[in-house]
Amino acid sequence: MLNEFMFILIAVMILVFSVLTVLTRKILRAAVYMLFVLVSTAGLYFMLSYNFLAAVQLTVYAGGIVVLIIFSILLTSHLSERAVMAPFKQSLFSALATLAGATLTLVTILRFSFIPNVGADPNFNITDVGNALVSYNREGYALPFEVVSILLLAAMIGSIVVAKKEPTLRDKEAKTDK
Amino acid sequence: MIQNIPLSYFLVISTAMFFIGIYGFLTRRNLITMLMSVELILNSVNINFVAFNKYLFPQHLQGHFFMLIVIAVAASEAAVAIAIIINIYRNFKSIDVENVDEMKF
Repeated sequence: MLNEFMFILIAVMILVFSVLTVLTRKILRAAVYMLFVLVSTAGLYFMLSYNFLAAVQLTVYAGGIVVLIIFSILLTSHLSERAVMAPFKQSLFSALATLAGATLTLVTILRFSFIPNVGADPNFNITDVGNALVSYNREGYALPFEVVSILLLAAMIGSIVVAKKEPTLRDKEAKTDK
Repeated sequence: MIQNIPLSYFLVISTAMFFIGIYGFLTRRNLITMLMSVELILNSVNINFVAFNKYLFPQHLQGHFFMLIVIAVAASEAAVAIAIIINIYRNFKSIDVENVDEMKF
C-alpha cells in the first residue's frame, strides 16, 4: 500500500516536472524543474533499494550537471529573458511525431509480458560494486571503466581548451602599445 | 523487485520521459534548454537499465555499470557542450539556434 503510494507520487512528480522542463519559458526555472526530475529519479532508485546508484544520481546529476547548467545559464542569458519557442506549426508536428512514437513504444511494452525473476535477490553493497568495477575476470568491468576514465579526461581537457579565451587582435595591439 | 509494482510501470515512466525530452529537443530554440532535453533522454534510459537489472537479472550487476557509464558520458557531454555554448555566445552574442547559421550552406 505504502509502496504503491510512494511509487505513484514519484511517478507523478517525474512526469509533471519533465513536462514543465520542456514547456516553461523561463530558462532558469526549466533548470530547477529538471533538478526536481533528477531528484525524483534518485527516489525511484532508492525504492528499488539500489542505494549506491541513487547516491551517484544525486551527486553527479543533481549536484554536478545541474550546477554546471545553471552557471552557464547565468553566463549566457538575462534572467528576465523569455525563451523563444518554435512556431505553432512546428510544435504541432513535433507533438504529433512524439505522440506517435510514444504510442508505438507503449503498445509494444504493454503487450509483452515480462516475467520477473523472483528467486535470487542478493543485496549488493558498495564493496561488491567496486570489486566488480575493477576486476578483469568474468563479470568484471575493468575495460569499460578505463575507457570511460579516458573519455572523461579527454572531455575535461577538450572543454578547457574550447572555452579558453584566446587573445583577440585588439588585445595584442594593446599589449604592444604598452 | 518492489511488491505489487510490475516492471512495465517503470518502462511506461521512462518512455514518457524519453518522448517528453524529444519533444523539448525539437521545439526549443535555446541551446542550453536543448541540452537539458538531452539530459532528460539520458536519464530515462538510466531508469530502464536499473529497472531491468532489478526485475530480470537481480543476481548480476550489468545494469549498475551501464548506468554509471551513461552518467559519466552525460557528464562529459554536458561539459563539452557548455564549453562550446560559451564560445558560441562569445562570438555571436546569442545562443539561439536561429542566429547561429554562419556555416550553413
